[in-house]
Amino acid sequence: MADTEKKQEPNSRRRFLIAATSIAGGIASIGVATPFVMSMMPSERAKAAGAPVEVDISKLEPGMLLLVEWRGKVVWVLDRTPEMLANLKKLDSQMADPKSEKPQQPAYAKNDTRSIKPEFLVVEGVCTHLGCSPVYRKDIAPADLGADWLGGFFCPCHGSKFDLAGRVYKHVPAPTNLVVPPHVYLSDNLLLIGSDSKESA
Amino acid sequence: MSKRLESMLEWVDARFPLTSTWKYHLAEYYAPKNFNFWYYFGSLAMLVLVNQLLTGIFLTMNYKPDASMAFASVEYIMRDVDFGWLIRYMHSTGASMFFVVVYLHMFRGMMYGSYRKPRELLWLIGMGIFFVLMMLAFTGYILPWGQMSYWGAQVIVSMVGAIPLIGQTLSNWILGDFMLSDAALNRFFAYHVVTLPVLLITLVFVHIVALHEVGSNNPDGIEIKKNKDPVTHIPVDGIPFHPYYTVKDIFGVVGFLIVFCGIIFFMPEMGGYFLEYNNFIPANTLQTPDHIAPVWYFTPYYSMLRAVTVNFFWVDAKIWGIILMGGSVAIFALLPWLDRSPVKSIRYKGPYFKTALTLFVISVLILGWLGTKSPTPLYTLLAQIFTVIYFAFFILMPWYSKIDKTKPEPTRVTE
Repeated sequence: MADTEKKQEPNSRRRFLIAATSIAGGIASIGVATPFVMSMMPSERAKAAGAPVEVDISKLEPGMLLLVEWRGKVVWVLDRTPEMLANLKKLDSQMADPKSEKPQQPAYAKNDTRSIKPEFLVVEGVCTHLGCSPVYRKDIAPADLGADWLGGFFCPCHGSKFDLAGRVYKHVPAPTNLVVPPHVYLSDNLLLIGSDSKESA
Repeated sequence: MSKRLESMLEWVDARFPLTSTWKYHLAEYYAPKNFNFWYYFGSLAMLVLVNQLLTGIFLTMNYKPDASMAFASVEYIMRDVDFGWLIRYMHSTGASMFFVVVYLHMFRGMMYGSYRKPRELLWLIGMGIFFVLMMLAFTGYILPWGQMSYWGAQVIVSMVGAIPLIGQTLSNWILGDFMLSDAALNRFFAYHVVTLPVLLITLVFVHIVALHEVGSNNPDGIEIKKNKDPVTHIPVDGIPFHPYYTVKDIFGVVGFLIVFCGIIFFMPEMGGYFLEYNNFIPANTLQTPDHIAPVWYFTPYYSMLRAVTVNFFWVDAKIWGIILMGGSVAIFALLPWLDRSPVKSIRYKGPYFKTALTLFVISVLILGWLGTKSPTPLYTLLAQIFTVIYFAFFILMPWYSKIDKTKPEPTRVTE
């Protein structure tokens, strides 16, 4: 009896010491892991990139799509014709979010055309599904997209469809409308993408 | 053996378990004597692994992991480095052949019940190898920084961004930037040449240790260890791995190398399936190619990713697609516990299992084919139907494997 008691006492002390050492060791490993994990976050240089870009839209003709690079992403500027704008209304019933309720645009683009000026659409050309860049398909009723296609954007990766206001169709993999980036018109022909205010130009 | 060599061996054996390891893993590792064609693919996977390691080392000597130089450095290897084209084609063809042999190796396990007790852990380690292999293929495909590299990576990384709450931060952490850029290419190179190969070699080693602990399964799915010679304690249906199976595997290697060299020398791009045409165009961050599809070995999962087009239970179709795609790979890990059949091998299983496995293989092939095509409403519908069959194979297995009419297993392996 006395023997087992003698054995138990150092055991419980030892168990405490093992637990304490393990916890201290665990905390130390988290501490050591921190700089390695943090080193993988975007660097200061990556954070500094991404200033707003100015775009001259004077040469844009109706129906033409302009590709602009902003923060490594493609931003589209589309000059929509009156027919294109008229077609938007007809598509409301096929859209997942026809009234742009989800916060995919600044307040000033939460309207029927999802733009500041009705004819100029400014959206990120990045599919809200998995980041591919959809293809501009302005042809009406092409064989591959069906007879009721009134022009829009088709994502070649997973088949998502968007109309010419960047609104997503129902029953496609993409969940939300295309994102309208912050933008502002510095003058009639000069557009600033990446900022809401004229001052930051 | 000369006296001198013998004493040298003794000197080593006193300090390192050389002879005993040789015996344990080769000369006295008793494998069932009824291995057939399907048993080539494990050793062939090892051969391809060695090929990938060797050719990979030589590729790093000329490749530059920099977004502005990567594409040109791959073309430099192809055109200006002596035999660079050969080394690169050995590596790119090796990647596809790795999946060919691993898929056949897994199919063998599914046919003969090699995942069943006591080989559950062996199967799980194998799943780990499969996962690391997929990561290696993904990171490797990014390195040439062509159009498919860029947009393929874009799609996969966007999946991480779709995780609720932490997705965006996690994606920034993985990319080292707010979008796919040079920072990501640089670190994916580090994963591809250091982290993942080290993991893969370790897992392959552990896989073999686990295999030699439990012993190999065989086409009859019976345990040869249950029937040992009373005197020698050697399984009566076992033969030493060396020289019997080393010689058999060398024969397999010769057959494999004929096919492998045929591909390298005559069709290294395999009609766009091994090396996609769009990847011969440098990455353009502003434009996705009109038609993008992953390399052939990922197309079944890719089909399932885009098969979900409706939202269920307030969860976006996008998230469901990602869950299905991940689930389609992860579900293999459950096989040991889904199969309730009293027998292991397909030879003694009944018509339900045989039908289910046939339908499963057909689904994988059709999903794989659909994944190379542009999505149309018909193709999406087909992908949905075959996704259901794919998952039904696993989910219904506890039921159909139990009620199936099985045949009695033999007590000795059949010839």
